[in-house]
Amino acid sequence: MISAFLAAIGRGVRESVNSLGFGARTFFAMLGASGGLLRRFRLITDQVHFIGNYSLVIIGVSGLFVGFVLGLQGYYTLNKYGSEQALGLLVALSLVRELGPVVTALLFAGRAGTSLTAEIGLMKAGEQLAAMEMMAVNPLQRVLAPRFWAGVIAMPALAAIFSAVGVLGGYIVGVLMIGVDEGAFWSQMQAGVDVWKDIANGVIKSVVFGVAVTFIALFQGYEASPTPEGVARATTRTVVIGSLTVLGLDFLLTALMFNT
Amino acid sequence: MQRKSLDVWVGLFVVLGLVALLFLALKAGNLSTISFAKTYNVTARFDNIGGLKPGAPVKSAGVVVGRVDKIALNNKTFQAEVTLKMQSGYQFPKDSSAKILTSGLLGEQYIGLEPGGDTVNLAAGDRISMTQSAIVLENLISQFLFSKAAEGKEDKKQ
Repeated sequence: MISAFLAAIGRGVRESVNSLGFGARTFFAMLGASGGLLRRFRLITDQVHFIGNYSLVIIGVSGLFVGFVLGLQGYYTLNKYGSEQALGLLVALSLVRELGPVVTALLFAGRAGTSLTAEIGLMKAGEQLAAMEMMAVNPLQRVLAPRFWAGVIAMPALAAIFSAVGVLGGYIVGVLMIGVDEGAFWSQMQAGVDVWKDIANGVIKSVVFGVAVTFIALFQGYEASPTPEGVARATTRTVVIGSLTVLGLDFLLTALMFNT
Repeated sequence: MQRKSLDVWVGLFVVLGLVALLFLALKAGNLSTISFAKTYNVTARFDNIGGLKPGAPVKSAGVVVGRVDKIALNNKTFQAEVTLKMQSGYQFPKDSSAKILTSGLLGEQYIGLEPGGDTVNLAAGDRISMTQSAIVLENLISQFLFSKAAEGKEDKKQ
């Protein structure tokens, strides 16, 4: 009874360490295999189209509505202190520093991450990856690496679009609908948002999230047990682990970059 | 043909991302206020700088003419030594005075520069000798209380 319990704990620890090590090895093997992609850049372009372009609608619409809500809620609070001119600053800072990268990464995990996991999981279940290896084609190089780099390219672009559309959303609600002074809205924003401290750090955040979410999605598919149930579980794990990783990394990065 | 249209869409996506970033940098950020104009440094010593921070504006007649570059404590005079990065386009007389002021009631602190009457202008490396420290609320209140207490004593004597 007790020994069975201990064995269960031991197996859990061994399996998670094993999986972590396999993940790290896959990650570095994939980076090592990426060199050859420069000659076949087409593979990456295809994936950017699939991951990036098709995510534009959901990112744009979410950004617009997040901007609307920030404008309304920000105005409600700032109005109590008679400083509704700072609305532009509030909307821009919260979008550029936090909401842009984080919400984009969460949506990305749901929109693109799941499809990557399911695609690779099904390739594995259909033994396509094994067939590639039989033909001396490295699936890490041919399948995983292009998707990974496409994710790393697409994420910062999507986050920037999210933030920009969100700022416009805040402008629409704050200036056009509520009637905050337009000049104060933009000038307070420009006085308070620093290009390097705020915008560049937001871009760094989104690149890190791009690496994390895309690799988690790919690895879950690569590691999935080759059954319909295994692929379903892997897809769920992508969203759960991806979202939690993004939130945890966001806390770490914020503490590191904005601590002054 | 299909290949080409796909490339166009991907290119459009990447360009859209760059445009969004440019929009944030120019319209929301302060990239347009970063100037690459030539500057010269002058220093000023203050007894107390209050909440002045590096990057705070230096204004003369309300116009931004420079920025605070760095702040350090002079270990001999025990005064704060503030280095100001002034834009070369603006020249000030040597006997100009610097004050630490606050914009609005709760706003940030900045340095106000009042031009003097000297014919020689401030040059790089010069020190502004006439300065006025930041007003610290606690000091102000204690001064007020002391003067009130002194008044009270005089009233009793009479």
